[in-house]
Amino acid sequence: MPEPLKSKRTTIGAALLVLLTAGSAADATEDLNALVWCDHTDPTLIEPFEKAHDVRVNLKDYEGTGTALSLIEQSQPGDWDVFVIDGIDVPRAIEADLLAPLPKDQLPLGDLFPELVMPANHEKDGQVYAVSEKFGYNTISFNKDKVDPADMNDMTVIWSDKYKDRIAVYDYYLPVLGMVAIGLGKPTAGLAEADLPVLRDQLFKMKSVAKLVGGVVESQTALATGEVDILVGGGEWVTASLTGDNPALDWVLPEQGGVRWSQSIGVFKTSQKQALALEFVKYILSPEGQARLATSSCYWAMPANQKAGQHLSEPQKRALRWSDQAGYLAKAQLYPAPSPELDAQMQDVWTEFLQH
Amino acid sequence: MSRPAGHSWRAILLVAPALLWTLAFFVLPFAVMVVLSLWERVGSQLVPSWTLANYAKLLERGHFLAALVNSLEVTALVTALSILLAYPFAWILAEQVPKRWQRLALLLAVLPFWTSYVIRSYSWLLVLAKNGIVNQALLASGLIAQPLALANSRTATVIGFVHFFVMLLTLTIYANLVQLPANYRRAAADLGAGALRTFWHVILPLTLPGVMVGAFLTFVLCIGDYITPQILGGNNELLLPQVIMLQIGRRADFPTASALSIVLMLVVTAAYLAAARWLKLERA
Repeated sequence: MPEPLKSKRTTIGAALLVLLTAGSAADATEDLNALVWCDHTDPTLIEPFEKAHDVRVNLKDYEGTGTALSLIEQSQPGDWDVFVIDGIDVPRAIEADLLAPLPKDQLPLGDLFPELVMPANHEKDGQVYAVSEKFGYNTISFNKDKVDPADMNDMTVIWSDKYKDRIAVYDYYLPVLGMVAIGLGKPTAGLAEADLPVLRDQLFKMKSVAKLVGGVVESQTALATGEVDILVGGGEWVTASLTGDNPALDWVLPEQGGVRWSQSIGVFKTSQKQALALEFVKYILSPEGQARLATSSCYWAMPANQKAGQHLSEPQKRALRWSDQAGYLAKAQLYPAPSPELDAQMQDVWTEFLQH
Repeated sequence: MSRPAGHSWRAILLVAPALLWTLAFFVLPFAVMVVLSLWERVGSQLVPSWTLANYAKLLERGHFLAALVNSLEVTALVTALSILLAYPFAWILAEQVPKRWQRLALLLAVLPFWTSYVIRSYSWLLVLAKNGIVNQALLASGLIAQPLALANSRTATVIGFVHFFVMLLTLTIYANLVQLPANYRRAAADLGAGALRTFWHVILPLTLPGVMVGAFLTFVLCIGDYITPQILGGNNELLLPQVIMLQIGRRADFPTASALSIVLMLVVTAAYLAAARWLKLERA
C-alpha cells in the first residue's frame, strides 16, 4: 500500500474510531448535569459511570462557592442535578434550600474516615444533605534540596526571615488565615473578629518575606521552576503531581498541625433526576470511584472513603501519604468556616494583605 | 418639505436591529449593574438598600483606592511604552519593507495574537522566572551575577501587556502611515526640511489620529484586564479588576463589584473624553 494512502486511511480510521468512541456518551439516552470542581472532569473518572448507566454527564467546573451560587441563581430550577461544594460551605447550601436529603442507608458513611463524616456540616434535623468525597491539607510544600526540612516542622517558618523571597503563598484567604492562626496557637474554629488585627499583622509580616501570592497554577509553577522553595498553603494537592519530575518536592504538617480542607457532594433539591443523581453520588463515593477521584488529572488528594485504598497502587498511596493519615487527621484542624459577616471582614484583611 | 411617512418607518426598521442589540447587550446590563451597585450584600442576602455605601468603600478603604491608582499607573506606563515601541515598528513596516513583503510582515507582526492570551501570559511567567531564559542569558553573558527578580512583579505585568499592545498599536499606526501621500514628504523636502524636521512637523501630526486610536484601545483594554496582572503580577500589588474579582469569587458580593466596575467605566469615559478630539468619531 502506498505510504500516503496508508497514512490517509489510518487517519480516516482513527477519526472513525474517535467518532464511534465519542458516540457512546453522545448517543446516551439521558443527561446528568453536575456543577463540580475540576477533578471531576477527568474522563477516567466519569466514563465508567456513563457507560454503566447509558448517560452523558455534563460537567461544569467552577472556582469559588460564590461563583457556583451565581450560576445556580442564573439557572432554571432543575437545570442542575449534582453539586460538588467546599465542605465548609455545605451549611450555606442547606440554608439556601439547594440540596435534597440523601438516604443514609444507601451511603457508605461507615467507610469514611471518621473525621470526614462531619455531621455538623452535612446534616440538619437528622437528615444528611451531602457527603465528604475528598480531602487534603493546606500546609507547607517545599523543595527539600533547597531548604532545611527540619525548619518546615514549625509553622512560624512561614513568616521567618530565613527564607525571605523564597516563599510563595497560595491565594485563598480561609486556609492561609487558618495556617497563620495555627502558627499563633489559635484554634481555627474559634476565630472571631477580635482576632483579625493580630492575624492581619502576621499576614503583613508574611508578605514582607514572601516572593509572591498566587493561584493554583502560579504557585505550582513557582515551586516547580525554582522561583520559590516554600509554598504556604500547599500540600499533596500541589506536590503529588510534580514529584514525578522533581522528587525533591515534599510537604509536611508542622508540629502545630495544619489546615484540613474537604469537598462534599450532594444532589440538588430541584433535580428532576433524583435517582440517577443519587447513583452518581454513590459511584463517586464507591471505593473504585474514590480511587479515581483521588488520582484525578486535575489534582490529587485523599479519598474520603477508607476502602479506596484497595484500588490504589503502592506508589499512589505513598504520594498521598496514606499510612500517615491517622496522625495527620489528629493534628489537622478544619479551615475557618466564618459567618457571612466575619467572612467579609476576613476577605477585606486578605485584600489589604495583597495590597500591602 | 416634509419626508414621506414610509421613508421614516423604513429608516426606523433599518436602525432597529442595532438599537435593540445595544439596548439588550449594553443598556440593560449597565442598568442592572447600576441598580446592583446601590444594593448591599448583608450576610448571604442581596438587600435593595439604595445606598452609596459601596462607592464610599473606594474612599474609606485605602487598599481599594490604591488598586485604582495602581491601575492608572500601570495603564499609563503600558500605553506610553507601547507607543514608543510600536511607532518605529509601524514606520519600518510602512516605509522600509518593500510593498510586496508588507502583507507577510504584517502577518508575522500579528502572529502572537493567534496564541491564547492566557497561554501567552503563562509563557511569559516561565520566560521571566529566576531560571527562565532571560535570566539564563543575562547570567551567561556575565551582565549580572545574580538572577533578576523579573517574574511576579509589576515589571512582569507591564512586559506582558506591552507585548500584546505593541501589536495593536502597530496596526493602527501602520494603517495611518500607509495612507499618507508621498507628496507631503517631497513638499517638505522641497521647502528645505530634513528627515527629522519632516517627521516632527508633517508625519507625526498627521499620524496622531492613528496613535490616539491605538492608545485609547490600549488604555481601555489594559485598565480592565484581569488575566495579565493576576498571572504575572504575583499579587504583590492589586489592580482594580483584581479587587473586583475578589468581591465575586467566594462571597458573590455583586453590589461592591458593580460599584467598583462603574468607577472603572467612569475612568474609561474620562479617557475617551480626553482623547475624543483625536478619535475623530464625528466623521462617521
